[in-house]
Amino acid sequence: MSAGHRLALLTAKGISKRFGGVTALADVGFEIQHGEIYGLIGPNGAGKTSLFNVLTGIYSADGGDFTFDGLPLNNLKPNEVAERGIARTFQNIRLFANLSALENVMIGRHVRTHGNVLGAILRDAKTQAEERAIENRAHELLDYVGVAKRANTLARHLAYGDQRRLEIARALATEPKLLALDEPAAGMNATETASLKTLLGNIRRDGTTILLIEHDMKLVMSVCDRVLVLDYGKKIAEGSAAVVQKDPKVIAAYLGGEILLNLKGAA
Amino acid sequence: MQQYFDRKKHPRGAWVGIVLVAVALVLLPFVLAGIGTAWVRITNLAILFVLLSLGLNIVVGFAGLLDLGYIAFYAVGAYVYALLASPHFDLHLPFWIILPIGAAVACLFGVLLGAPTLKLRGDYLAIVTLGFGEIIRIFLNNLSQPVNLTNGPQGITLIDPFRIGSFNFATPDKIGGLTFTGPIKYYYFLVLLVVVIIVINLRLQNSRIGRAWEAIREDEIAARAMGINTRNMKLLAFAMGASFGGISGGIFSATQGFISPESFVLVESVMVLSMVVLGGMGNVFGVVLGAILLSFVPEVLRYTVEPMQKALFGRMLIEPEVIRMLLFGLALVLMMLYRPAGILPSALRKRELEMKR
Repeated sequence: MSAGHRLALLTAKGISKRFGGVTALADVGFEIQHGEIYGLIGPNGAGKTSLFNVLTGIYSADGGDFTFDGLPLNNLKPNEVAERGIARTFQNIRLFANLSALENVMIGRHVRTHGNVLGAILRDAKTQAEERAIENRAHELLDYVGVAKRANTLARHLAYGDQRRLEIARALATEPKLLALDEPAAGMNATETASLKTLLGNIRRDGTTILLIEHDMKLVMSVCDRVLVLDYGKKIAEGSAAVVQKDPKVIAAYLGGEILLNLKGAA
Repeated sequence: MQQYFDRKKHPRGAWVGIVLVAVALVLLPFVLAGIGTAWVRITNLAILFVLLSLGLNIVVGFAGLLDLGYIAFYAVGAYVYALLASPHFDLHLPFWIILPIGAAVACLFGVLLGAPTLKLRGDYLAIVTLGFGEIIRIFLNNLSQPVNLTNGPQGITLIDPFRIGSFNFATPDKIGGLTFTGPIKYYYFLVLLVVVIIVINLRLQNSRIGRAWEAIREDEIAARAMGINTRNMKLLAFAMGASFGGISGGIFSATQGFISPESFVLVESVMVLSMVVLGGMGNVFGVVLGAILLSFVPEVLRYTVEPMQKALFGRMLIEPEVIRMLLFGLALVLMMLYRPAGILPSALRKRELEMKR
């Protein structure tokens, strides 16, 4: 750590979460720096999504603290977490299915706008200006993620890859400091994944830090600055993609311990 | 139907449409009065149901909260009016003071119902709201003791009509050769109010608040993750829906002159909900259409079923009331089978169809 080092954007310390007898997260700690793409990987059931849900207030942690942008982030409701500047997408896409793509993104602007009932009924100049701004911003974001042509299509009628992108646009509409993506490449073909990679790069370039859960290792290894590996709710490795990839504990977690021993024996 | 009123797409056509509808609405009561005075009253009741349906549409259509006790807010508004403008407490406040009070009290009850049910959805919410509706009615039935607040099942009689100075809504007036009967005066008041409330509904729907409600209806977890304070937004929906119900209730009191808990039974809640669902949940014009249809069709049947049977069989075989419910049930089943989204489905689906063409 150099002397001029800035405070981390997100610090997690000793995060624990249990569901009955199952320990989903055990004493997980990490730091995400401003402007990086931070990967979160691990085999199925390792606790990645649980960590997302605890971070975004959908679950409350049984132990541990998050510090986000210099302030504690404990016991906040999901909407308060969004207000503080963490936006997320969902592993099993949760768009507003019967609303248009444009409206989905416009809803994302809710938390950064102020129109109230009286303004809506009277349609005063201020409300009208805000409405126009919301719509313009939503169009910009649709364009940014590449679904501008589908602005008036209902979310549920969008192609799968477009739904994933729309979810990112909706999250970006909340002006997050940290964008948490839960398997954005799941179900995408190679072309779609390649353009997702470009999009992630653009988002980072434009100043938003990214926390990325992903199973597509090629994508993780090529875009993530650092990677955290979870297994059975525990942190088993952290570091650059190249280092983590060679970590025997990580290989064991993915391939199963015995296989690894066999491989070693064979070598 | 909306496209004809879309000022952006067809500016001139929209104005022509609006003028035609306005002229028709102005002339309607005199045409109806020509057929029979009862029809003006029936129309007024239909407009009251339009108001109620528009209120319920905010809760059910916009925010997606299934409310089966909506008639309770109508009852609250009706009793507030009756208590403040009748010999019961010998209070005779003017209607333009009582209607806002009724709206405010109903709004308070809306929040009272909303607060404990925030975490409930779907069937569970329906059960609690159904119970709430019944509780209000049972209270009204029994609050004649120890202090006689509601006069129990006898109800409240001799409720004041609307009055502005010497202008009385209940007595006929001759203006320029035309006779404006009581119901006709109320008709104009109701039409003005319904236009205002339709505009409020449309504007709410296309606003930040309306979008937040739709987000909650579509996916509450995603809505919260996007920073929408779902608690406040749901309470707002309940409060706004309830206050529309309260205003309608006050007008009901004034036009009827008599109310009792009998007027606010569960079937009435079901009726209003049917209007919303039949017309097209979430679509303001659909809801208006649903309310008008379900208010008028039974009345038309009432006037046709009896003479028809007498002409055909020489006597009455089936009571009009029975046929009414029979046809009503059949209509609902057919609707659910062939147009599950309502007669006029919400605008979104229409836009989607336009895109495909």
